[in-house]
Amino acid sequence: MAFSFPAFSYIIALIVDAFLIFFSIFHVIAFDELKTDYKNPIDQCNSLNPLVLPEYLLHLFINILFLLSGEWFSLLVNVPLILYHIHRYRTRPVMSGPGLYDPTSIMNADVLTVCQREGWIKLAFYLLSFFLYLYGMIVVLIAA
Amino acid sequence: MSNVQPSSYNNTSGVPQTNVNPGLQYSSQFNAQSQQPILKQDANSNSPVPGFVSPTNQGQITQFSQSASSSPAFNHPGIIPQPLSGFNSSSIGLSIKPGLATSNQNISQNIPASVPNSSSINNSNSSPYHPKYQQQLQINDNAPPLIPSSQFNQSIINGPPLSSSPMSQPLPQQLTSSSYSPMTNRPVNSNIASGPINPTASQYQSSFPPSSLPPGSFTSQPSMPYSRPPLTGHPRNSPLFGPPMNVPPTSSGQPMGLVGPPRPIGLNGPTGNMPGQSVGPPQSIGPVGGPPSGPTSLPHLSMKPPSGTHILNQQYPGQQYNGPLGLGQTTPSSAGPMTSKTYSGPTSLQMGQQVQPQVQSLPQMGKSANASPGPPVGLTGPPRSNIQSRYPQMPPSGYTNHQQPQAQPQGVSKQPPSPYTPQGITQQMGQLSVTKQGFDQLWGHQMVDLMQSRHILPEYPEDPPEIRLGHQFADAPNCSPEIFRCTINRIPETNSLLQKCRLPLGILIHPFKDLDSLPVIQCTTIVRCRACRTYINPFVYFVDSKRWKCNLCYRVNDLPEEFQYDPVSKSYGEPTRRPEIKSATIEFIAPGEYMLRPPQPAVYLFLFDVSQIARDSGYLQVVCDTLKEKLEELPGDARTQVGFICYDAHVHYYLMGEGLTRPKEMTVLDIDDVFLPSPESLLVNLGECREMIKELLTVLPKRYSTPGVPVSALGAALLAAYKLMAPTGGRITVFQTCLPNIGPGALQSREDPNARSSKEVAHLNPASDFYKRLALDCSGAQVAVDLFLLSSQYCDLATLSGMSKFSAGTVYHIPLFRAARNWQAEQLTRMLTRYLTRKIGFEAVMRVRCTRGISIHTFHGNFFVRSTDLLSLPNVSPDAGFGMQLTIEESLSDLQQVCFQAALLYTSSKGERRIRVHTLALPIASNLTEVLHAADQQCIIGLLSKMAVDRCASASMSEAREALMNVAVDALSAHRLSQNLPAGNVSSALYAPASLRLLPLYLLALLKRKAFRTGTSTRLDERVADMCALKSLPLSQLMRLVYPELYALHDLSEHASRPEEDDDDEPTPEPPRLHLSAERISSNGAYLLDDGETMIIYVCCNVSAAFLSETFGVAAFSQLADEARSVPRLQTAGSRLLHALLDRLNEERPYPAGLLVLRDNSPSRQQFIERLVDDRVESAFSYYEFLQHVKNQVK
Repeated sequence: MAFSFPAFSYIIALIVDAFLIFFSIFHVIAFDELKTDYKNPIDQCNSLNPLVLPEYLLHLFINILFLLSGEWFSLLVNVPLILYHIHRYRTRPVMSGPGLYDPTSIMNADVLTVCQREGWIKLAFYLLSFFLYLYGMIVVLIAA
Repeated sequence: MSNVQPSSYNNTSGVPQTNVNPGLQYSSQFNAQSQQPILKQDANSNSPVPGFVSPTNQGQITQFSQSASSSPAFNHPGIIPQPLSGFNSSSIGLSIKPGLATSNQNISQNIPASVPNSSSINNSNSSPYHPKYQQQLQINDNAPPLIPSSQFNQSIINGPPLSSSPMSQPLPQQLTSSSYSPMTNRPVNSNIASGPINPTASQYQSSFPPSSLPPGSFTSQPSMPYSRPPLTGHPRNSPLFGPPMNVPPTSSGQPMGLVGPPRPIGLNGPTGNMPGQSVGPPQSIGPVGGPPSGPTSLPHLSMKPPSGTHILNQQYPGQQYNGPLGLGQTTPSSAGPMTSKTYSGPTSLQMGQQVQPQVQSLPQMGKSANASPGPPVGLTGPPRSNIQSRYPQMPPSGYTNHQQPQAQPQGVSKQPPSPYTPQGITQQMGQLSVTKQGFDQLWGHQMVDLMQSRHILPEYPEDPPEIRLGHQFADAPNCSPEIFRCTINRIPETNSLLQKCRLPLGILIHPFKDLDSLPVIQCTTIVRCRACRTYINPFVYFVDSKRWKCNLCYRVNDLPEEFQYDPVSKSYGEPTRRPEIKSATIEFIAPGEYMLRPPQPAVYLFLFDVSQIARDSGYLQVVCDTLKEKLEELPGDARTQVGFICYDAHVHYYLMGEGLTRPKEMTVLDIDDVFLPSPESLLVNLGECREMIKELLTVLPKRYSTPGVPVSALGAALLAAYKLMAPTGGRITVFQTCLPNIGPGALQSREDPNARSSKEVAHLNPASDFYKRLALDCSGAQVAVDLFLLSSQYCDLATLSGMSKFSAGTVYHIPLFRAARNWQAEQLTRMLTRYLTRKIGFEAVMRVRCTRGISIHTFHGNFFVRSTDLLSLPNVSPDAGFGMQLTIEESLSDLQQVCFQAALLYTSSKGERRIRVHTLALPIASNLTEVLHAADQQCIIGLLSKMAVDRCASASMSEAREALMNVAVDALSAHRLSQNLPAGNVSSALYAPASLRLLPLYLLALLKRKAFRTGTSTRLDERVADMCALKSLPLSQLMRLVYPELYALHDLSEHASRPEEDDDDEPTPEPPRLHLSAERISSNGAYLLDDGETMIIYVCCNVSAAFLSETFGVAAFSQLADEARSVPRLQTAGSRLLHALLDRLNEERPYPAGLLVLRDNSPSRQQFIERLVDDRVESAFSYYEFLQHVKNQVK
């Protein structure tokens, strides 16, 4: 029962994934608040934008770990999301700071809906992948 | 401002308490402070109004204390809508939510209840942009193959005459049932009027007298409400009710056939070719395009022998398209005796024309629904009077009128009154029924064969489709269409129906329009719904004398006793006498709880670009002169402040005020870290420092007349301005002439001059978000930024416009400005004069509330959206229009009407907090035909243009253009499906509902606007400026921009009408509008083309010498000055007429348009030619080609 690098990466992934789950919960709540008029879009964007890159980087980080440890299946599962993140960030509105959300367009019902749906889907994905990593970790530990 | 209570403002929950349901304490308080409302009429709302009502009125307490006497009027059960208990409870619950973070909202609380539930939003895509094949399928499946069998109905109505026609066989049954049945659309084959919509006749009747209805009756028949609007029309059929069709032609309309739905309808055959116009003046059809002498020629036509064929030939002399349809059948027969007053000469002409369309389309035509008889808008016209006099006595029955329209022209003159000649009957038979057509006309469901209608443009302005509410509110005042307009005047009851009709659903609003009369109310308690905060309005239900039911959320609210006080008669009684109930547009003077802070003073800051290019252009002299002159007229009170900043490579500030005898300039060299050189005296009180300000304005142009540096630090100057203005809020006016190229916000030139005519337009999006962020900061500080771009080179307006877009400012653009060109200097002066002197509202917010089930999807205009229904408008101007796309989130089928309420809370320039409330109510439609026929084509174009601009930015130009073209295809496809018309290539006709007949024309014109055109060299800045205009102009100006008005000047005198009661002898010419086509330009005429900005007078070479000398004071064409910028005022009739016309046209716009006289051999004639948008230009369709394209696409 050796403590291998794959096992290490799964453990890290589990921890990071927990953070990601919190991020996406925050995301969902934030957009719900926008929709129900509780928050000013400028404030909301100011609080959301700084979190976008950290989330992306954290996600990228665990996948690098998977890549290094040769956990191809877990990597494969995450590749679509990585591609989506890249695409999303490339097509972001013109803005000087980091982040994705533009307070002038965020209240557009289309954008709002897309963002909200994105939040829910990501939340589901991170939850599922949490269990996947858990499973993966156990398998790795047992195999070792 | 002792009464300001900032704290209460922030506290959302507090407000409702005070307003509603006061505890005992409150009530006593209220009595103590008499709430006697003060009713005022002031046009500009800026008029000084005494401060807020204060306890001074207390003496009157006693009066109020027990006025509650319930007036019996309120007890009508009939007024009570279906009990919607469910709604009440829910809304209340929502309203209880804590007012978190609402601090930003000036209008006290949002109503969560009104916020649509989030999840459903996705579905709603009202935009026609997505080509929806799926939907098509839906349409096929679901669309009721409604072909209203109008035959029965007609027969019923007409009684005797119809029965003679074979068509009316089913009659007996129908007759018994009732005359109302026509409303129903039924499948063609079924004779029984069992349309889903139809209420039984008995129901309907019973419902008519509102008082007699038991409250329950409505609820029991949920479907009823919808059908009602059409039903209300029914009275028209009976002579007892006012003659719908017969209404004497009060309005100016002329021979045009299809002006408001109302008028033409009666007259035109259902198929509605707009024949009216085309037929009208035979001459106009001809290639030469003679003067539009429509009306006069009409009588002549009408005289023709009854046989349809003859008529056709004559009527369509010029027409290329009318080939196949020979309509000879047209029905002279029907025309007979029935003719009512309505048939005025010109109209009758149209009738004749319609013959064609009828033949083809008759079977399909029928639709019941809107009775068109609305306002008799257009039936005046000299010829008519004759006709009218002939048949003055005709019974008003709408039925009759409609039937006959076609026959009339002939019938009037030649045919004896009996319409039922054998010939006529047989013709009717063959066509499948004239009666049906007549019926369609009756309900306003006419069709027009676009391919056959060469003169489809109405010659005189049209009203939007009439809004016909259920009987309870049939007389309720609705908001003026100039202020509040919806793209579809009957809201589809479900989202799927909306998708089927493929029209965009949205509203256009012009909230701060200058009004001639506006009721202003001052009271301590503004009556609002406790749950959704809706203001009380003409469309609420009074449950009894003490309670009212909100028409947006259906909560039952208490009515304050004071509300029964009638400020006009100063007596107590019905609440319905209150101005709030009698006017859909009203203004309140807001009490303290509507203030977040003391009302701000009017503060104006001017930023002048003084770089080298600016100095070359010489604008500063013009602006300073105008400013100096209008300084007194700047709106404001004693607190008004003014300041100036100039900038080139550095920022120059001007200190005025105490201790100084002359303005003092301070220059800050550091533009990367902007700071204010002085804590005060940069903004000075206008009253105290007027002389010094004038001196500065005199000195400034000289100071910057020497050569300068070719750089402009706009960004730094804006940051400085923001710092200066942030504590108070106000207005920043920026005059920019070149690309800002140093300091913060510096930009690079992005335009590739070689790509000006390419298919894909790049760089429509901002290059940096500096200006947008600045605008957001400004918006938060209640500062608006207006931009005057007087460029001589590329300035990247796409980026710069951000500063105005998001701070509720305005963008003005004069390309290639040079003050040395007089006409440009004058244009700037006019623009600036209006800009400086117009009314202004500060620190404004606008909230738009909708009936439950409808929510706002997207906003268009210049503002910052602060929450789902709240727009932040640091400044609001009377020239700003807004658009909103709507989505239907829940089925509306159990409602009777849909209401929209826009409330604009602003601080007037006099420092008063005011609320202007507009309320619009619309009926609901349950089938596709009704929806299509209630479409408001101008409003649709207005909304589409805004959507297309968005699409250009978010996707690409080509996609936006394609989407625009698809709108026409989609709408006509929907119509085809709704009518079961044959598919595109099978027939040679392209049918459109009369309400949408101009849609392709306007769409084509829109595609040729600078904003969307491709293939023609267009500067990027001009393109973007045009987009900004489309986004923010009110509809009337926008329509003039999209489809300029063209008038013939050489026969003005024929169209001059002399005001009857006016002592003034000046006749007002009202020439008919012409199509924008070279076909209408005759070489011996002179024309006026008015696109809002410029009026071009185009004089052709063969124009008569008499006209030239009378109008221009020159003897020959060759002496006429080309590109003159004015027209001399001569003491001749011709000149007076022309100036009367110009003055009349100028009245309707914010500032007078520039004038340009062009000869037809002028090198600049392209300016005129390029606006003839019906014609083919390189790389763009002509109107006819566009129709062909649409026809091929219509599936």
